[in-house]
Amino acid sequence: MAQQPGTRPVFAPWNDPDQKPLIQFKNVTKRFGDFVAIDDITLDIYRREFFALLGPSGCGKTTLMRMLAGFETPSAGTIMVDGVDIAPIPPNRRPVNMMFQSYALFPHLTVWDNIAFGLRRSDMPKDQIPARVEEMLRLVRLEKFSKRKPHQISGGQRQRVALARSLAKAPKLLLLDEPLGALDKKLRQDTQFELMDIQEKTGTTFVIVTHDQEEAMTVASRVAVMDHGKMIQIDTPDRIYETPNSVYVADFIGDVNIIEGTVAEAADGKVGIDWAEGQRKIVAAASSDIAKGTRVHFAIRPEKVAIATQEPADRANVIEGTVHDIAYLGNISTYKVELPGGRMMKAQVANDRRIARREITWDDKVWLSFTDTAGVVLLN
Amino acid sequence: MNRRFSWFNATSLTLGFAFLYLPMLILVIYSFNASKLVTVWAGFSTKWYGELLGNEAFLSAAWVTLKVAVISSTVATVLGTMAAYVLVRAGRFTGRTLFSGMIYAPIVMPEVITGLAMLLLFISLGLDRGVFTIILAHITFTMCFVSVVVSSRLVTFDRSLEEAALDLGCTPFDAFKSVTLPIIAPAVISGWLLAFTLSLDDLVISQFVAGPSSTTLPMKIFSAVRLGVSPEINALSTILISIVTVGVISASLISKRNIARQRADEQKALQQ
Amino acid sequence: MNLRRLFLILTPYAWLLLFFLIPFVIVMKIALSDYAISIPPYTPTLDLSAGWEGIKSFLSELDFENFSFLASDALYYTAYFSSLKIAAVSTVLTLLVAYPIAYGMAQASEEWRPTLMMLVILPFWTSFLIRVYSWIGILSNEGFLNQFLLWTGIISEPLAIMNTQKAVYVGIVYSYLPFMILPIYAALEKLDGSLIEAAEDLGCSKMSAFWLVTFPLSIPGVIAGCFLVFIPALGEFVIPSLLGGSDTLMIGKVLYEEFFSNRDWPVASAVAVVLLLILIIPIVLFQRNEQKQREANQ
Repeated sequence: MAQQPGTRPVFAPWNDPDQKPLIQFKNVTKRFGDFVAIDDITLDIYRREFFALLGPSGCGKTTLMRMLAGFETPSAGTIMVDGVDIAPIPPNRRPVNMMFQSYALFPHLTVWDNIAFGLRRSDMPKDQIPARVEEMLRLVRLEKFSKRKPHQISGGQRQRVALARSLAKAPKLLLLDEPLGALDKKLRQDTQFELMDIQEKTGTTFVIVTHDQEEAMTVASRVAVMDHGKMIQIDTPDRIYETPNSVYVADFIGDVNIIEGTVAEAADGKVGIDWAEGQRKIVAAASSDIAKGTRVHFAIRPEKVAIATQEPADRANVIEGTVHDIAYLGNISTYKVELPGGRMMKAQVANDRRIARREITWDDKVWLSFTDTAGVVLLN
Repeated sequence: MNRRFSWFNATSLTLGFAFLYLPMLILVIYSFNASKLVTVWAGFSTKWYGELLGNEAFLSAAWVTLKVAVISSTVATVLGTMAAYVLVRAGRFTGRTLFSGMIYAPIVMPEVITGLAMLLLFISLGLDRGVFTIILAHITFTMCFVSVVVSSRLVTFDRSLEEAALDLGCTPFDAFKSVTLPIIAPAVISGWLLAFTLSLDDLVISQFVAGPSSTTLPMKIFSAVRLGVSPEINALSTILISIVTVGVISASLISKRNIARQRADEQKALQQ
Repeated sequence: MNLRRLFLILTPYAWLLLFFLIPFVIVMKIALSDYAISIPPYTPTLDLSAGWEGIKSFLSELDFENFSFLASDALYYTAYFSSLKIAAVSTVLTLLVAYPIAYGMAQASEEWRPTLMMLVILPFWTSFLIRVYSWIGILSNEGFLNQFLLWTGIISEPLAIMNTQKAVYVGIVYSYLPFMILPIYAALEKLDGSLIEAAEDLGCSKMSAFWLVTFPLSIPGVIAGCFLVFIPALGEFVIPSLLGGSDTLMIGKVLYEEFFSNRDWPVASAVAVVLLLILIIPIVLFQRNEQKQREANQ
């Protein structure tokens, strides 16, 4: 990863060979009958990380998390926390706490008693419990609601009680199962930042399970994209977005144009891709050597595609087409352009002026262009 | 459902509830009849209540019945709750099908068969028939009702609550005691009430397994009623009906109030 | 953890095995034995002290004699048929009474429904015996019904209802009415009102909307209610004993008398076994109906 400018040290323990991971999955497999939920996963998570497990429902991310909490046992492989194999440790003795998707707040207990619940079952002296509960209530700004029962507070407040309760015992590791799934969009965005703030304040390692890619990208230091029980890519959010390792990841994260083609020439870290009859080859930078004749997918984000009414002169790739559809989204506009042969390509333009000059409209002939480093060439 | 309450609906409800309640109403009214002839009104009187209270045989039968009902429904609640927990939570184990079969079978079994089977068991075990055998029999058939009531609550119970308790350091038993039980308590209580009523009510099974010295109230009523209508039985019925009516109405008022309070709380929480 | 699980499973399991399953094995065994004037009043008895030989000689003396006796004696098969008939007829009668009530409840306004529901459940908590008893004073020759009908002049002679099968029908309909109302009401209550509006919008009259939409959708409730009435009515003992007469043969009553009056345990047990076999069919059908409903609701 390229060194970022500035003086602040980059938090990247995964690049430091001297760092010991907090959690290690070693060839972990989990089967439910014939169904393989987790397929031979090896994964390291480091102290103070905010680690996101991202994938569609049924991809195994929740199973992975429940194995950490102790509600499922691996069919094969080992899970170590701080170098200790946790297989024989029951959930109630693990240094791990979980925030449940449904929050699982005890309906018969007050907010205060919910937060104190775990402390009362720990070795914390009785007289220190009230102070710790107060501290947690302050952390999530719920001091005024301590005497309420869960059904007497709002959804957002319940979410914060659940967070406070799972953090009260100061676990080595906090697991969050779709923590914001039940909140509406606006509240979810606010809460994401609050979550990051609390993670930084407490210094706890967070593992979050989510199916919402935006959420994963916002909060996480690293994101693991999962599918069908396998890890597809584990990387920082920016690298997941900019350099996906597969069509699956490129497609799952954000909006993308994917063009299938064949490598026609390869030289100097660049490839030329034949993608349609009678069209110029797409020229793209490729990190590894790719043999001629290989079938590849070229992936490019819509915001990296420029759109113009005149043919641009100095771009590596220029494709002509007609505007098929325009979607105005406020801050940006997306143009869906029909290329020769019927293929569609999307281009995104920021609306940085208040009044859009609609110089491009439906059925206009336009030129799409992008540099040779704007997209990535994917082998699978 | 489409709310178009018509004359037809009103008539069928009126007639239906008249059918359900008129017989009991007549019973209650005629328990205050001065005449020994139960179908001829001869003025208001409470003398049958007085005679009932002076009737040693009825009082001792009532005492036996109450004792049996309290003990058997309490044991049945414990066993039935365990059984419900096993049915809903224990997952697969050998003989699970037989187990769930044995839970549901007594509910649909004709009482004469259950009674006969129990009696034959007690005889072959050499148990003396009496209050103890009645209690054993009542535990057995009422625990199944308890377990049906409790398991239908457990099925809708959010399992992550138990997991959260384990996650926060509870042992499985502690999690059951401090999280599951308080939450399913209403179902356990209604299971107990159901078992209690069924035990109070039971005639046929008691008839089979009771010994000569142990007579329950339904047995006493049954032998009296076989001879025809008697004003004393009317008085006794009135007392029993009033207890049940007061109990059921107050229970439904309490639950209505709780629901209303819950709704108000949720409304308040939303407005913040 | 595992010991606790074992304890949790074994306690109710062992209880039910001992007090529910084993008794049925005993019933089965006695049904295959012969009547004897002794204590206990049947033979053979199992003598375990004689070891394997004892068991063998015990088994060789068991036979199906009692069952062929049941088949040959008119009393028994008539009793089975008449129980089936009474249970079936009273189930249909209960349905006819219950459906309009359940329908009316489902049409009532939201705030009335819990009260109506309570009114249906209340009799269920009241003693069964007392509810049956309450009809004796109404149906007897000088009872309230005859007094009323004589007073209005509809009849000139008291009707003989008490101690006939008619009284048994009344008793069963009355006692089991809540069991029929509740499942039908549950099915009607969750019916989406817009379905009927859609049917009427598509040209149905109110009547045909009922027959084409409401009724078919309430059938699972009707089926459940029918089983809940039919199954217990078949083995009913209290109602025929109190309201029925000498012409009312019901198998529950026959079993009871066989055991207590004739003290013929083997025949009583055989009667129980056959009743159980007859009941298995509706019980299995009922379970399948419930299962289907559960799956449909998921």
